[in-house]
Amino acid sequence: MDTTPWDLTRSPDSAIRRNNPAIPARRRALIILGALSVLALASFVFALGIGSINIPLADVVSVFWDGKTGTTAEVIRSLRLPRALAGFACGGLLALAGALLQVLLRNPLADPYILGISGGASIGALLGILSGFTAISVNGGAFLGAFGAMLLVFGLAHGDGSWTRTRLLLTGVIVAAGCGAGVALMLSIAPDHKLRGMLFWLMGDLSQPNAPYLALTVLAATLLTILPFARELNLLSRGDAVAQMLGVQVRPLRYGVYFAASLTTATAVTLAGSIGFVGLIVPHLVRFVTGNDQRVLLPASALVGGSLLLVADTLARALVAPRQLPVGILTALIGVPVFLFLLARNPQIRH
Amino acid sequence: MWRPLLETRKLAVDIGGIAVCHSLDLELYPGERLAILGCNGVGKSTLLSVLAGLRQSQTGNVLIDGQRYADLGARKSALVRGWLPQARGDTFTATALETVLIGRHPHLERWEWEGEKDIQIARDALAAVDLMTFDQRDIQSLSGGERQRLAIAALLAQSPRLFFLDEPIAYLDIKYQIAMLELFSREAREKNAAIVMVLHEPGMAWRYCDRILMIHGNGKVALGNTIEMLTAEHLSSLYRYPLEILESRGRIGVVPE
Repeated sequence: MDTTPWDLTRSPDSAIRRNNPAIPARRRALIILGALSVLALASFVFALGIGSINIPLADVVSVFWDGKTGTTAEVIRSLRLPRALAGFACGGLLALAGALLQVLLRNPLADPYILGISGGASIGALLGILSGFTAISVNGGAFLGAFGAMLLVFGLAHGDGSWTRTRLLLTGVIVAAGCGAGVALMLSIAPDHKLRGMLFWLMGDLSQPNAPYLALTVLAATLLTILPFARELNLLSRGDAVAQMLGVQVRPLRYGVYFAASLTTATAVTLAGSIGFVGLIVPHLVRFVTGNDQRVLLPASALVGGSLLLVADTLARALVAPRQLPVGILTALIGVPVFLFLLARNPQIRH
Repeated sequence: MWRPLLETRKLAVDIGGIAVCHSLDLELYPGERLAILGCNGVGKSTLLSVLAGLRQSQTGNVLIDGQRYADLGARKSALVRGWLPQARGDTFTATALETVLIGRHPHLERWEWEGEKDIQIARDALAAVDLMTFDQRDIQSLSGGERQRLAIAALLAQSPRLFFLDEPIAYLDIKYQIAMLELFSREAREKNAAIVMVLHEPGMAWRYCDRILMIHGNGKVALGNTIEMLTAEHLSSLYRYPLEILESRGRIGVVPE
């Protein structure tokens, strides 16, 4: 640029004070989250209106606004709303878990299932299906399996007290592989009449929504607990040593993030089985638009993940009604092209 | 006022069973600059990370501003001392300005966002390392030397009083080597900062450091004033290679046999 030696005496005051066209970060975050809330609301309206009978927008609104009763109100209240809430909660939980694990492992390929939590849940759920196939045995099995896998990975990765990322990642991947083999074993010895139910569970299924309010509570509670530490997570994503040197208590934070990611994943998997792609793709989608600031990324991922899964599930039950497709197929069919489009468009990511 | 910013008492550090130092007593006062010299693998970075509170020593104490790291706490420690790491890996994309702003973390309350003042400090820090037009650049697109200066800018934005620099002039061309060492010297001279740096260039240590800590390996260390320490004899013994010193206008250059 300049041929003269760099002027060492130049004071910082002579720096070009460019007009910063950017809106202040906090206001920008609020605008983004506000827009995404509107998106989430729109996807709820879409999900409640579409199905084997289509209900016009005005009627959907009036069911909640005026407390309208009748058949359509009944369909919305007792059939579509619980399922919509479950779908939203599940997508939000998975996207949040994915975002947390990508920071914890500092690995853009991390998803909620990378550490074997869904593998453990699958084994538990399939055992539940094989043993009796009541909703309680399947859900209980899934949750126990998920937490069993979480404790196993935590204990093994902890080992001699050090807890490096590579060790955690390898332990998780190995446990996940072991669970995969267990799942394959159970599928191969399962009686034929149970096989279809098992496969649907594995692909992810929202047709029997249980306790959507519990899952929504877990989602909200995790977000509210983790958000005060979001700036610390920004530092953690730059490396443990950097974070520690800037005043972050790294070890408790990592344990907390691991626990939060495990709890959200286990809740989502218990609710709807292993729905793929949401946890991996949504944090990246959001990152393309908002950047990697966890204070925006975490709540935005929850909103986008919830909306995406809600729309996908609506399409899954409406496209070939009265039959239903596994929602995991739809999340992938929607998520993959959108992701690839953004990747191709965004020059920053190509390196 | 004039208590040491950094003090070690009978500090013993080892790395993989090999001692770096047995019983190091060191006091570094505001305005002082100390260079740590030694061969590859003798534990310079390990010692620096113990001094910076990143790892535990075997025995002995490290005090910054009169207090132990454990007593001071992570955040207050970060207001006193800053650290320039040797290696850095950036997994996710971020702009240069965002990267410098992380240095403001210890200055912000839990719910506080970076404000006008922090952004101005970050921009000034970018300007100080000659990266002021780079604020919106993706860090993944920067060269090695630009990333090194960016890390220095983040450290300046943190504005500690005690700097630990692990090879601060690695990746830099000669112009920026001088510029960055001048910059840290100015922090020492004008803001009474104390500076500890791991260096590989005795000529730069001669020019920019007041004292030298030589790490010979196997626990043998030597501490002294720059003029006494940087002789051909000492340096040849330190680096286990015959060296000659050339002097020109009060500066030195080291020539290997």
